[in-house]
Amino acid sequence: MRRRVRTLADTLVLAALASYAIPFFWQLLTSFKPEAELLRVPPLLPSQLTLAHYRAVIERSLMPQALANSFGIATLTTLLALAVGVPGAYAVARLPLPGKRWLLLAIVASTAFPQIATVSPLYLLMRALDLRDTWSGLVLVHTSFALPLTIWLLAGFIREIPIEAEEAASVDGAGLPGLFRWVVIPLLAPGLAATALLTFLFSWNEFLFAYTFTVSEASRTIPVALALFPGVFEVPWGDIAAASMLASLPPVLIVVGLQRFLVRGLVAGAVKE
Amino acid sequence: MTRREAVNRRRGVLLLAPTVLALGTLTVYPGVWVLWLSLQHRIPIFGVSRFAGLDNYAFLAIDSRFASAAATTIIFTVTSVALEVVLGVAAALAIHAQRGGRRVALSLLLLAWAMPAVVTAKLFEWLYHPTAGLLNVALGGHALNWLGDPHLALPAVVLADVWRTMPFVAVLCYARLLAIPAELYEAAQVDGAGRLATLVLITLPMLARILLVAILFRTLDALRAFDLMFVLTGGGPAGTTETITVYAYRALFQTLQLGFGSALGVVVFVLVMAVAWAYLKILRTSAVTA
Repeated sequence: MRRRVRTLADTLVLAALASYAIPFFWQLLTSFKPEAELLRVPPLLPSQLTLAHYRAVIERSLMPQALANSFGIATLTTLLALAVGVPGAYAVARLPLPGKRWLLLAIVASTAFPQIATVSPLYLLMRALDLRDTWSGLVLVHTSFALPLTIWLLAGFIREIPIEAEEAASVDGAGLPGLFRWVVIPLLAPGLAATALLTFLFSWNEFLFAYTFTVSEASRTIPVALALFPGVFEVPWGDIAAASMLASLPPVLIVVGLQRFLVRGLVAGAVKE
Repeated sequence: MTRREAVNRRRGVLLLAPTVLALGTLTVYPGVWVLWLSLQHRIPIFGVSRFAGLDNYAFLAIDSRFASAAATTIIFTVTSVALEVVLGVAAALAIHAQRGGRRVALSLLLLAWAMPAVVTAKLFEWLYHPTAGLLNVALGGHALNWLGDPHLALPAVVLADVWRTMPFVAVLCYARLLAIPAELYEAAQVDGAGRLATLVLITLPMLARILLVAILFRTLDALRAFDLMFVLTGGGPAGTTETITVYAYRALFQTLQLGFGSALGVVVFVLVMAVAWAYLKILRTSAVTA
């Protein structure tokens, strides 16, 4: 009896959370609904499912180009942020630095930096350096913006590595590259994955800079292309739904497939001192 | 200084150099530049560019649009964060009480958090559609114009923001719940504490600290929120959802007032830093007493 009550409670919680995700599932359903039935609700369920919206988005919109841009920019941002962030975080976590207290404070403070405060000078900078409409421009800006959190997270993970492992490596005469190659990176792997996921998601989702620093349609990232999704006479709700689903694909895959690392990164960001 | 220390010090500077270079050129330098811009009248299309001192800031004091944007920012932040905390704790407790299916439960929650805010805006724009929107259908066929009615637009934006960010609070609380030692609950049971007493006397106090951190993060995010209202309502109708950030963006890139828009950006920056500083004070004192 008691057992049945518990199972019932579990089911109720899952049902509640599933209904929490209704906005997402409703859009998913909309993306497969025939055009003629979109504005006729109720009935809630379509008479048949169609791929017409996905075909329209893939064949006749800028979304494929935007997906490629976002994927490239987010991947390069992640790699660059880790390449700069891992050594930086190691220095912060393990080595004596001049003015370390202030440095840490500056890193923490810059995680709270509002984008709107630097968007105007960055716009002038991007224009002066001819970096508008380029991957490099957004990769650089995204990297510098993600870097404080990257370092904050990585420094926390590095402190969890037993210091004996590093000392053993130095005794064996390993130089700095050897230390990273054989000790820090392998032991850091799960934390590295968690940090990489959060950086990737940040860049994939980022809108303000991507919107401001792109002029041509071909250089738009996913959030920008979606925000500016064109409609000729009326809003193409079905196509927008299909485009939204494509834009959510990497985040959804990460949530479902790599949840362990994602949660680890999220929690680490909040509890590390 | 031993030789070893000297080596480590040199290594530290070397390893941190790329970080300092990146943050220096793309965060600190623009941060100083924006202060300089905010002291100028700069309207490129009219060829205006001259030093203005504190004029832009002085104008804010009499600018009714700024007053309204500041009020909207505060209402948005307070209501969003309050709802997120209440719902987030409830969701965390519910998932923690589950015996199975926690992974699925977390997936359903994190889905909302992980996708771009622009997608959230599109999901809710469709839900809020006056005739075909699921929300109006669920409310029994009312034709409420959620995003077009000045009384409903801000609550509609808050609802979308809460949906998107509550999972963040929930996941942090859930992780904290997992770390509460089982002995505490056993002791409470021995003492004959009921469920409510256990919740109020043990669980919630154990969550207090992580909640303060979550509230800090969420407040900072809410103060600088931009994507959601920019895409969902564009600040309308009649400016009722225009926050300081949206106002700043429109001043910068729609009316092209680089100086004035930068001053608004600086205001957001100061606001965020002030809140962060105040919270850190609270966190530190609560760490002493707890």
